[in-house]
Amino acid sequence: MSDKKLRIMVAKPGLDGHDRGARVLARCFRDAGFEVIYTGCHQTPEQIAASAIQEDVDVVGLSCLSGAHRYLFPAVAKLLQEKQAGDITVIGGGIIPEQDFQPLYDSGIKALFTPGATLDSIVDWVRTNIKPRA
Amino acid sequence: MELGKRIKAGDIRAASRLIRNIEDNVSEAKTTIKHIFPFTGNAHVIGITGSPGAGKSTLVDGLIEWHRKLDRTVGVLAVDPTSPFTGGAILGDRIRMQRHAEDPGVFVRSLATRGALGGLAKAVGDAIHVVDAMGKDVILVETVGTGQQEVEIINHAHTVIVVLVPGMGDEIQAIKAGIMEIADIFVVNKADREGSQKLHRELMTVLDMSKIPKDGWRPPILMIGNAFDPVEFDRGMTELTEKVKGHYDHLISTNQIGDRIRRKTRHELNEALRSCILEPVMKMLVTSGELDTMIDVLLKKESDPYTIAEDVAGRYLQDCIKP
Amino acid sequence: MLFIKEVLDSSSKMRKKWEDEVKKSVAKWADQKPRWSTVSDLEIKRLYTPEDIKEMDFEKDIGYPGQYPFLRGNQVTGYRGKYWTFRMFSGMGSAKDTNQRWHMLLKEGQTGLSTAFDFPTLMGYDTDSPKARGECGKCGVAIDTLEDFLQLVDGIPMDKVTTSMTINPPATILWAMYCAAAEIKGISLSKIGGTIQNDMLKEFIAQKTLMCPPEASVKLISDTVEFGTKHVPKWNTISISGYHIREAGSTAVQELAFTLRDGMEYVEDVIKRKGLDVDSFAPRLSFFFNSHIDFFEEIAKLRAARRIWAKAMRERYKSKDERSWWMRFHTQTAGCSLTAQQPYNNVVRTATEALAAVLGGTQSLHTNSLDEVLCLPSDHAVQIALRTQQIIAEETGAANTIDPLAGSYFIEALTNEMEQQAWDYIHKIDEMGGMVAAIEKGFPQLEIADAAYKYQQQIDAGEKIMIGINKYVSEDKSPIPFLEIDDKVETEQIGRLSAVRKKRDNKAVKKSLDDIKAACKKGENVMPYCIEAVKNLASVQEICDVYREVFGEYRDPGLY
Repeated sequence: MSDKKLRIMVAKPGLDGHDRGARVLARCFRDAGFEVIYTGCHQTPEQIAASAIQEDVDVVGLSCLSGAHRYLFPAVAKLLQEKQAGDITVIGGGIIPEQDFQPLYDSGIKALFTPGATLDSIVDWVRTNIKPRA
Repeated sequence: MELGKRIKAGDIRAASRLIRNIEDNVSEAKTTIKHIFPFTGNAHVIGITGSPGAGKSTLVDGLIEWHRKLDRTVGVLAVDPTSPFTGGAILGDRIRMQRHAEDPGVFVRSLATRGALGGLAKAVGDAIHVVDAMGKDVILVETVGTGQQEVEIINHAHTVIVVLVPGMGDEIQAIKAGIMEIADIFVVNKADREGSQKLHRELMTVLDMSKIPKDGWRPPILMIGNAFDPVEFDRGMTELTEKVKGHYDHLISTNQIGDRIRRKTRHELNEALRSCILEPVMKMLVTSGELDTMIDVLLKKESDPYTIAEDVAGRYLQDCIKP
Repeated sequence: MLFIKEVLDSSSKMRKKWEDEVKKSVAKWADQKPRWSTVSDLEIKRLYTPEDIKEMDFEKDIGYPGQYPFLRGNQVTGYRGKYWTFRMFSGMGSAKDTNQRWHMLLKEGQTGLSTAFDFPTLMGYDTDSPKARGECGKCGVAIDTLEDFLQLVDGIPMDKVTTSMTINPPATILWAMYCAAAEIKGISLSKIGGTIQNDMLKEFIAQKTLMCPPEASVKLISDTVEFGTKHVPKWNTISISGYHIREAGSTAVQELAFTLRDGMEYVEDVIKRKGLDVDSFAPRLSFFFNSHIDFFEEIAKLRAARRIWAKAMRERYKSKDERSWWMRFHTQTAGCSLTAQQPYNNVVRTATEALAAVLGGTQSLHTNSLDEVLCLPSDHAVQIALRTQQIIAEETGAANTIDPLAGSYFIEALTNEMEQQAWDYIHKIDEMGGMVAAIEKGFPQLEIADAAYKYQQQIDAGEKIMIGINKYVSEDKSPIPFLEIDDKVETEQIGRLSAVRKKRDNKAVKKSLDDIKAACKKGENVMPYCIEAVKNLASVQEICDVYREVFGEYRDPGLY
């Protein structure tokens, strides 16, 4: 009688404390039936990667509004790969200009959501692309 | 087997995956538990319970810090409630402990209740085994804190800390919820707040009146100040860590540790029996559709629950129903 | 009473007739939606009449500009003597880059400066800290030591232009740098003017630029208030901010209530801790509000804010000086109302919001640039935003007369309603033991989180509209120019910092840091010691580390 749940970590890397989006999303993921681990603000990529592994999450959702995503997002993806946890999907959101999309995808970020993305569209993406592992 | 070896070797991914499999009720998880079981039973398991907003996670964070200073490794299992409406959960206890995220001597895992009552998740018992097998010296188990009957922790922990805060009607809650009896240590948290002395006095009165202390241990009541006041908080945490160790030493010196472990083991066996006997039967009844039929029969009053249950038991557990 | 009985009687009679006709009409042509409400979800009636404000007393509740309760503004002459200050928030890259932008803005007609710092500076870390990786110069200017600061104000007439600095946990340090820079340039502290944001309570509530626990943070703020009162009389030592509370997703009423209750907390702390008379410092308290997209709600909010503050200062704190009753505030249009989709629409949003701020009587205004949802504003986008203010001031006639919407049944009723709801919140927080206690309980944080989630759900359900997001969605392919902060800003800044560390007198640095530590422990005012330390080229982080050591470090409790 297996009862698989999707586990997702919502994390705020860097020094930016604008957590409105992160907190709204955490609630939204809960309401979608996921188990959500929220890290709070001001996390280093190292803290996020270590936590994601300890929590065995399927997805890490990063939120950054400070412009430091170009460093922080790839850093998380790279650390997960180094710790043999490259199977954890990393997605991101925040103030991210379009020209940064491709380099971020290349670094291992699987999806990006910018202001105006609906909650439904984000949940749908997760539902479609992530299956809880056994 | 492979997973069990990796866990013993300190592989965090393997450990957290096994806990996941236990939570998800994946059958292979049982096999792995069988392999790691001989290597468990070494850690001091400490339960932390108390009402919402009592500051349990902050205390857990403080306890991690103190045990690390004493060079003990720490595992944390933090339980948060699953929403009965959506099945989802926000597991937020970890936020307070994030400064230890990168410390290899600390392992923090959040669990959702997934419908379990009693303040814990069903997987907690086995998850404790996993963290134990990882070799952690101390395991801190934080209960949900819904203010409901959270006495389940007594079946898992050697030492139970009950956290209360002034001004929340906690003392009454505590007595009602029956957590007075399970406490080995009381913490009056946020003791800088008005009413903390009153709460302290009331706890003393309740302790004086009750049959506690039993077996030579009267639960101490510790006052811990605002976590924002580093000096006060440190003082409180030092005292708490000493009392926790004191309690463990007391259990050992009076040989009560044996009773606690026996109770814990009995509970585990109970859970295992349920999992290996009741759950497979239920699963068959559900998948075959027989359960629905039985309900229909009951609704029409054509039988009664005991007759049906005895009939099921008769099919699966022949020996049991013989008088 | 605003109206004589006959007016109210005839209004009542006519209203009944009108209501009958509405019923008939709605039966034929149903309303487009069942419920009409503000962006904050305050329900709005189809029509407002004299009956909605019949309880108002002209003298007590409305009055004249420059007179209690200051509903109609602090200035007797309105905008005729002087428009609001055109103050564009700016800062990016290195001190040199920002200094160039400042000179450009002053040349274009801006009348005050406003500084955005980068995240390491805002959080009290140096650029070479591991925590600062990737952040240098990204959303503001990077300042590590006084050397950077002197570069920032190079060629700026510090005795003529006022400068606002959006800085919170390390406010003492950046303000000390400003003071030190003035002294080095031979300008007396009594001549310099400006504002430091220095409002930590709203950081705990909303924006999460965190360093020390609430209690210690308020102590540092009281230090600046005291120092300013005594030595820098033209400086606004605090800008009590609702902007970030609103951006975090609060309603307009929550913004109003939490901001003003924060202000009261500071007033109470300075009186209690420093023993200062309320009228010795209250005239230098300033405020900072958001102007969101709901036009009338924003105007009502700003008017209500003035009246609440005047009442609180006069009645609650028994202040005698009229200038203490003034709520002086800066306004910024709402960043969260802008969309990355069809970004040129943001010009229209910003213009509407700016007009609301002006009609609400703001004294200073920042208008967002159309590209701010995507990146730091480009020169061209900033220019459009600044021109928006100039058009409102000089073309539209909005500034011709004072408080032009006063007496509007709707505006006055809405102002009253928002004021009442704000007081309800304020009293609730009083009961909790004040704002610090409420924050420790997580009260304002969770109220805001609830409002933010509700709003997002309303957007998703199409109950609230954002053009380009849930209505009139189109592929917008007019690209906008994009300002990029080169990653080499970081390496260069680290280079400058290590050069400073080599050349400075490290013994003097150590001594001045020890002095700050001693002052913190003794509860002395840290400001004089900070000025000394920055002159010795102590860095922002070095001083903040002292604060963190003495007062403890506050981490985000992550309430959701």
